[in-house]
Amino acid sequence: MKNKKQLSYMDSVHRDGTVWNLVIMVILMAFPVAVGLIFRAWPDWEGFAKGILATAPMYWAVGIVEVITFIPMLGAGGSYLSFVTGNISNLKLPCAINALENAKVDVKSEEGEIVSTIAIAVSSIVTTVIIILGVILLAPLKPFMESETLKPAFDQLLPALFGALGVALVSKSWKIAVAPVVLMLILFIFVPALDASTVGIMVPVGVVFTILFSRFLYKKGIL
Amino acid sequence: MTFDKNHILLFVLVAAIIAVVLAQSVYFLIKSVRRAKKIGMDKKLVNKTIKTAAIFTIAPAVAIVITIAALSEALGLALPWLRLSVVGSLSYEAVAAANAASGMGTTLASLAESITASQYVTIALVMTVSIMVGIWLVPVVAKKYQNGLVKFENKDKKWSDILQNSLFIGMISAFVGYVFCDVSRLWSEGARYVSSTDKISGETQITEYTATSGLVPVFVMITSAVLMCLCGVLINKLKWKWLNDYALPICMVVGMVSAIPLTALFGGEI
Repeated sequence: MKNKKQLSYMDSVHRDGTVWNLVIMVILMAFPVAVGLIFRAWPDWEGFAKGILATAPMYWAVGIVEVITFIPMLGAGGSYLSFVTGNISNLKLPCAINALENAKVDVKSEEGEIVSTIAIAVSSIVTTVIIILGVILLAPLKPFMESETLKPAFDQLLPALFGALGVALVSKSWKIAVAPVVLMLILFIFVPALDASTVGIMVPVGVVFTILFSRFLYKKGIL
Repeated sequence: MTFDKNHILLFVLVAAIIAVVLAQSVYFLIKSVRRAKKIGMDKKLVNKTIKTAAIFTIAPAVAIVITIAALSEALGLALPWLRLSVVGSLSYEAVAAANAASGMGTTLASLAESITASQYVTIALVMTVSIMVGIWLVPVVAKKYQNGLVKFENKDKKWSDILQNSLFIGMISAFVGYVFCDVSRLWSEGARYVSSTDKISGETQITEYTATSGLVPVFVMITSAVLMCLCGVLINKLKWKWLNDYALPICMVVGMVSAIPLTALFGGEI
């Protein structure tokens, strides 16, 4: 009985998420259309085609890989929300992981699904509100935003975030973590092409390698 | 109607879209909280999750706001506000906008002087279409994908748990590697000269960094990690349970602040 209820809740999450995401997709596309109609302007189709060809293939490929990689970590509700509001690996996913760790629940359980969705929903709301405040207060805040003193602090957000989050997760699963961490260190230190702009592409690489390595350890009876 | 990149109507349109996006988050928050109550989850846990997520989000969200200023000169405030609130991040949006400008034979820097409605619509279209994948793909695959994962878990629970941990560790390992990406500046002179295309002006520029500048992110990460270990000791040995909710944001902010003296020590751009 419990199993049936659980499934029906999950079904409703998928149904509602689908409706919300499709509605948001339509209204996002409506923005350039509405601007064009209001100001009686057509897009420059040649410029559009060139811009899309230069941008979309890589973004679409990364988007597909991100969907496959992140859904199992974010849960259902968290996925529908995160792929609308963005900033997944630098904000939404760490926020969900932290909430799941604190609550000591697994994202695959119903409790985990709820905790992850709550964390990501709150994070999305707070981010949106802070961005609204930033837009309203842009003029008075500009000296702060462009401060040379504070720049290093905001430049180092990811190392600061993943230092704290990493030590918590790696210490619990160090047997799984050793090989992928060593591999990534070697790759990032010795392959010049790998830098801040490619870390998003390397996340799926790290994930696939870690799964294969864990499977090997599991089969050998080490885990 | 005469077009202006900061026209009030653009702000009205963007505000309406962001209101819908905000409504989705509020809807799922209410839905989850109700479900938590229905299945008898501890109310304190739910409140704690809300509070912790809100506090954790502040620093990264401020970092996102800072990037709006970078795009607003060429595109006005409305479009960057929309793009960075929905899906986007500066690295995605600046590249998409620069590619669209380039496709029209111009640059964002030139558009900062004067941008026509047609150019604005073209850039908005490219930015929107390029980043749309996740929004439609999740509804298409999420249900089947998750059902598959549930079936998989029922077959082998232990391996399913290991798999889940592997996903998290795999992501963390990529970011740990990234933190070390500039360490090679210590021994490689070539690595100290970084060539990049300015996203706004479209011009190629070469920046020189100090040999030790690549150590800044490494020591920031170590500071944050050591502090997290200290928090663990305080929570487990001294029973400071309240610290559990704040440990990650505290360590993150202290780590970020440590970057200021570390950059002064190791240097950065020359």
